[in-house]
Amino acid sequence: MRSFINTLKEIGRYPSAIAGLVIIGVLILISVYALVTIPYDEAVRLWRGGEDIWYANPKTAPPAWYNFFSRKKQPVTLTLSSQRGEAEREVLPGSAEATDINLTYTFDYQYDDFPTELTFYFTSKFAAKQPFVAIRWVTPDGRELRVADFGINARQTYRATQDEKLKRRLGGLSPEIGLFADPNSDPDNPTPLKGTYQIRIEGVVFEPESDINAEFVLQGKLAGWAGTDHQRRDLMVPLLWGTPVALAFGLVASLGTGLLTMIIAAFGVWYAGWVDELIQRITEINLVLPFLSILIMVGTFYSRSIWTILGVTILLSIFTGGIKSYRAIFMQIKESTYIEAARAYGASDMRIIFLYLIPRIIPLLIPGLISGIPAFVFLEASLAVLGLGDPVLPTWGKIINNALTNGALYNGQYYWVLEPAALLMITGLAFAMLGFSLDRIFNPRLRGL
Amino acid sequence: MPKHEKLLQIKNLTLYFRTQKGDVQAVDGVDFDLDYNRAVVILGESGCGKSSLAKAILRLLPRNVSKYTGSIVFEGNDVMKLSDEEYRQNVRWVAMSLVPQAAMNALNPVIRVGDQVAEPAVVHLGLSKSEALQPALKMFRHVGVPDDFIDRYPFELSGGMRQRVAIAMALVTSPGLIILDEPTSALDVLTQANIFNVLKRIKQELGTSFILITHDIATSSELADDVAVMYAGQIVETSDAKRFFHEPLHPYSQKLMASVPRLRQEKDPEFITGQPPSLINPPKGCRFAARCPKRFEKCAEEPPVIEKDGRKVRCWLYA
Amino acid sequence: MSNVTTNTAEVKMTPSSEKQPLLSIQNLRVWFELRRFGFGHAGWVRAVDGVSFDLAAGEAIAVVGESGCGKSSLMKSILGLYKPTEGEIVFDGTKMSEYDRAKMRWYHSRVGYIQQDPYGALPPFMTVARILEEPLIVAGVKDKAEREQRILKAMEEVKLTPQDDFLPKFPHMLSGGQQQRVVIARAMIMEPKLLVADEPVSMLDASVRVEILKLLRSLQENHNLSVIYITHDLATVSYFSERIFVMYAGKLVEKAKVQQLLHNPLHPYTHALLAATSDPDADNATRYRDVPPGEPPSLVKPPSGCRFHPRCPKAIAGLCEKEDPPHFEPEAGHLVACWLYKQD
Repeated sequence: MRSFINTLKEIGRYPSAIAGLVIIGVLILISVYALVTIPYDEAVRLWRGGEDIWYANPKTAPPAWYNFFSRKKQPVTLTLSSQRGEAEREVLPGSAEATDINLTYTFDYQYDDFPTELTFYFTSKFAAKQPFVAIRWVTPDGRELRVADFGINARQTYRATQDEKLKRRLGGLSPEIGLFADPNSDPDNPTPLKGTYQIRIEGVVFEPESDINAEFVLQGKLAGWAGTDHQRRDLMVPLLWGTPVALAFGLVASLGTGLLTMIIAAFGVWYAGWVDELIQRITEINLVLPFLSILIMVGTFYSRSIWTILGVTILLSIFTGGIKSYRAIFMQIKESTYIEAARAYGASDMRIIFLYLIPRIIPLLIPGLISGIPAFVFLEASLAVLGLGDPVLPTWGKIINNALTNGALYNGQYYWVLEPAALLMITGLAFAMLGFSLDRIFNPRLRGL
Repeated sequence: MPKHEKLLQIKNLTLYFRTQKGDVQAVDGVDFDLDYNRAVVILGESGCGKSSLAKAILRLLPRNVSKYTGSIVFEGNDVMKLSDEEYRQNVRWVAMSLVPQAAMNALNPVIRVGDQVAEPAVVHLGLSKSEALQPALKMFRHVGVPDDFIDRYPFELSGGMRQRVAIAMALVTSPGLIILDEPTSALDVLTQANIFNVLKRIKQELGTSFILITHDIATSSELADDVAVMYAGQIVETSDAKRFFHEPLHPYSQKLMASVPRLRQEKDPEFITGQPPSLINPPKGCRFAARCPKRFEKCAEEPPVIEKDGRKVRCWLYA
Repeated sequence: MSNVTTNTAEVKMTPSSEKQPLLSIQNLRVWFELRRFGFGHAGWVRAVDGVSFDLAAGEAIAVVGESGCGKSSLMKSILGLYKPTEGEIVFDGTKMSEYDRAKMRWYHSRVGYIQQDPYGALPPFMTVARILEEPLIVAGVKDKAEREQRILKAMEEVKLTPQDDFLPKFPHMLSGGQQQRVVIARAMIMEPKLLVADEPVSMLDASVRVEILKLLRSLQENHNLSVIYITHDLATVSYFSERIFVMYAGKLVEKAKVQQLLHNPLHPYTHALLAATSDPDADNATRYRDVPPGEPPSLVKPPSGCRFHPRCPKAIAGLCEKEDPPHFEPEAGHLVACWLYKQD
């Protein structure tokens, strides 16, 4: 326990270790947040996707932060739903037959470009008599425009963008332009009017139990803080969920490989003879086997489940160079006089292997385990990029895979590749920084003064 | 003939190392002289700073040195004033060389011992590799390694032979002074005796001077003309060997001598209770005071170095 | 357990005392096979080649020899770490070759082992408390309180007091002398009958060396321990051994009481060892030591006849290089394997 505290104190002396720890801490917080807010089933459902989940998002929209880097501000996708309380609801009971329900949506529009789609999704409750709605559009300069009036069903979608009548009323301008255009700008090259817009939905229901709700979706050129992909999915989901997957895969693979390698090497060295020979030969054979090809074959012919891939990865990584270097270290430790002493007081083979041989190299092992994590995180991502990612789980590698197969770079959708790549790099950097510092702490010979 | 009065004069040599816990005062104001063709033994227990003294003299310093001052006058030149490069070219291995601790295990396992012995001559005397084999062969004869061993690899040699090779490596450039750091501590008695025979012969035939650093009092007498006893970073006594082994002055030296087991002595040897002080914050006054049986009030003050019939002792008893 | 043992083994040499031997080594051979490329026989290393002696309960003996003379292999066979190729080790009247696992564990608890390098002998990642507890756990002492009690007692005996100061420490926090005390406490914790001490003081500073030797002697006296003290340093032998065995190239060449050997060495090799051992004396610097030429022989192909004959200044041509000398007894209790002492 005390040595653990001392190690922590030592870590405090290395700024890079602290930076690494902070980043890892943030990644862990992100993982916890992802797991809590988007439970596994929900994540799988969202990732499977479909129009009914992601209808509100534009396709392959870059993230909202693009606006920080460009002078011309692009509109960001906006969703306002009366059900979520994002509209002001006014109920005016008039007579026994008719009740007015007014929904007022207010939003700020400070962009230099026009949106792509304006859509209203209505839901209503009624027994026989259809409710009726009128949509009014109030611009920042106080003009009030009539958008449409119609009766609605239980579910009704109104796409203002495709309303030819509205287009005609707006003087031939497409509604997404006409509703936002500054009346003082050049009609041939209109610019949007910035300010606070208001949408008033004036509904009338004809039954006492009847109700209206509406969701207004303004599809801009940008969407969300992570952007969307070709299936309108918000990339935030795989970016968030990729974090615990990457961390878990890296940690389990690195720990599993490290510990098993160490234990197998210790057994080989302790029992020597044919046990050692066998381990050596297996290692030599495994070293010439093409690692990635085997994984690809397993993924193609057997299972692409992340757990299968994890298992095969560990299995193939055990019998590699690591076992040889552990062997060399164990050979030295085996000759230590404290081991001889343990034999002289009759300690059993198992006791010597687990309590005398292995603890001796734990200090060497820990930095290696930590610095080994990124390699496995990258491996998982690489497999996903090659199309061997887990079929149901959203991961960083899958984002890159999707981006590549959909020509993201060719189409200039850099965010699609850069976001997961940046996370991968940060993760790698964090573990590398921590690992190298730990190496210096545990191996005083490397310590700089 | 010697051009200068003394081969080596060390004055107030100080070497501190920086560590996390504070400065380690490994060598703290050491003075001693060495004549031509003499051997001085630096006696001390582990951790007293004797190996650091060797490093300080040869300027083989680790990176964490925090203080390195004093003067080292070798044949009239203060080598402390030289730059590192001048020192490397003109002093190290040319004027004085080192047989480091456990040298026999420090030979390069994949280079023939002949080439390893010739290496310092190539580097420091500018000889070609084939020219350098001549002095190497000569030194092989001096240390008693058969000529044909020149083509062998270290693993083909016994421990004693490898130690001789390490000595030959220190000798090949014909330096005036060789520093030996525990040259025989890992060797058997017969091999030890053999190595000391070799060193005595070298001293006689080549006129070399030696600084022998050791904790082993019995074998140190095999080579010693003078003795300097080191305790907690300081030299507490310097004396000629004859009088030292007969009658040491400093209470620490006396205790140390009494602790030596002798072959045919009936009397039991003694031991010194307590531990040497830490070199990070050595105690004020005499550093041996806490363990000294003859301690009195004065010992709380730093004792002066007192000259007594050509011997020097850092103890209030002789003031 | 009674000290009186019934020894059924044949006693080949006269024991130095009238006591029954605690340990009897009978014509012990420890050979290691050399293999070429991992299989194929390539010869034998005859590390121990026909060693016999008896050790009485409470007796301390010293085995003196140079590195590579086979004394470590002898010691490790006695500790039960090497299986003898030939011969028998009899402990307390029982043959080691007939031990099963449980009996072997019992044997391990009867023999304590003190090593040369105290720092290397202690696992660096264990505290003193844990280090001392290990032998007790291994020996099957189940009761935690009893283990603690015995640890405290063993530390008391080696003067590692107050115990609480030392129990939580790791070996690197201790001085060399304290580390060696932990090693001794570990060897003593099972209250053994026999201590095997392999150069217990050669890595220590002069000022602590004597302290440790005295501690070992007092332990030996208080517990009536038998001690096998293995060393290359003749100067420390007389302080707590009764007999000395000189070992050369796998064989014991001289066995004698300490004073006999120091004042009247018989074997030429013993002469050489004594001549090479120095007492501090300024005159040492002015004279050359008389050292036999050459080096100890290879144990793979030892010289024929007497193994010392190629280096021996008194070798008898035609005899020493042909025939292996048996043990002669020129004076009572003083045996020597040298043809010079052949009696008619």
